[in-house]
Amino acid sequence: MSTNYKELKKGGFMRQRQPNYFSMRLKSVGGHFTAEQLDTIQNVAKKFGKGYIHLTSRQGIEIPFIHLNDVDAVKKFLSEGGVQVGVCGARVRTITACQGNAICPSGLIDTVHLAKEFDKRYGGRELPHKFKFGFTGCRNNCLKAEENDMGVKGGVKPAWKSETCTFCGLCQAVCPQKTITVDKISRSVTFDENNCLYCGKCIKSCPSDAWQGESGFIISFGGLYGNRIAVGENFLPIVFDEEKLYSIVDATLKFFADNAKSGERFRNMLDRVGWEKFSDVITEVAK
Amino acid sequence: MKSDAFLDITDVVCPITFVKTKVALEDLDDGQILELRLNDGEPVQNVPRSLKDEGHKVLTLEDNGDGTFTLWIEKAGLS
Repeated sequence: MSTNYKELKKGGFMRQRQPNYFSMRLKSVGGHFTAEQLDTIQNVAKKFGKGYIHLTSRQGIEIPFIHLNDVDAVKKFLSEGGVQVGVCGARVRTITACQGNAICPSGLIDTVHLAKEFDKRYGGRELPHKFKFGFTGCRNNCLKAEENDMGVKGGVKPAWKSETCTFCGLCQAVCPQKTITVDKISRSVTFDENNCLYCGKCIKSCPSDAWQGESGFIISFGGLYGNRIAVGENFLPIVFDEEKLYSIVDATLKFFADNAKSGERFRNMLDRVGWEKFSDVITEVAK
Repeated sequence: MKSDAFLDITDVVCPITFVKTKVALEDLDDGQILELRLNDGEPVQNVPRSLKDEGHKVLTLEDNGDGTFTLWIEKAGLS
């Protein structure tokens, strides 16, 4: 009987150098695993593998040395313990996220919520080639949004209210772009919004809440970090509405499916068909 | 501005910057003022934000023109 390696790979079983052994990829969303899931994973590694796991570069877990004969038993064991196998191949891959504003003081958006919602909507969807989403909560970019085919970064557009301002000067000192000038003598503030990075440092440090703002999504397209290295490009203004974000993703995946050759990465397709064609479509959707 | 205590944290790095600031604030009563000298860059980006999170109020910030700032903080001024 011949083994359908392609089908196994699709279901998260990565063929090893050692004949008939697979490194089994587990499903991960936003980098969260529960203690119960870890317990199951530990038991599988001990019982079917070699007693260890491997942490992948994209927040995944793989269990090496699963024998071909154990594939079905392992799947059953995992599923009973609340763990799903991951995916590989030409489809939407593991959706990664930092801990976001649910945990991190720097976070501006709920990255893990978004990763879960994206997984529900797009997880495993078949495409001309692999497609990676990553979410990072703020400009610190711990999750490296621009490495992904589509990256989403938290940002906040600040607005200043004169009523509560004490003109302490802190916002001017913390702004990395030097967009804010505080005149303590004349008690005035100027803000050069065009050069604002939406990092939110002014808002987070302001002692009198004179700086406030609305959080949103800064989206990058076309990141690659493999054979070819390319940084994802941002051409859209910050997007505030979550439903709008999904419309942009829908349009992006459709553009990829409609325009890419089989086996062509999103970035390479954009370079071939022209970024302008893509940005025209997306800019229209984002309006 | 008159202060009740002075602390220089330009010779330490994160997280000691905030640890020393917290210790200095512990010696003060609510409403008293700490004068803090700190470096441009990471300290001025992070220490005031952490002070805000803990309920202390930044009253004003002076740029000393030598890569350092002086920050006046009212203990528990936000709580």
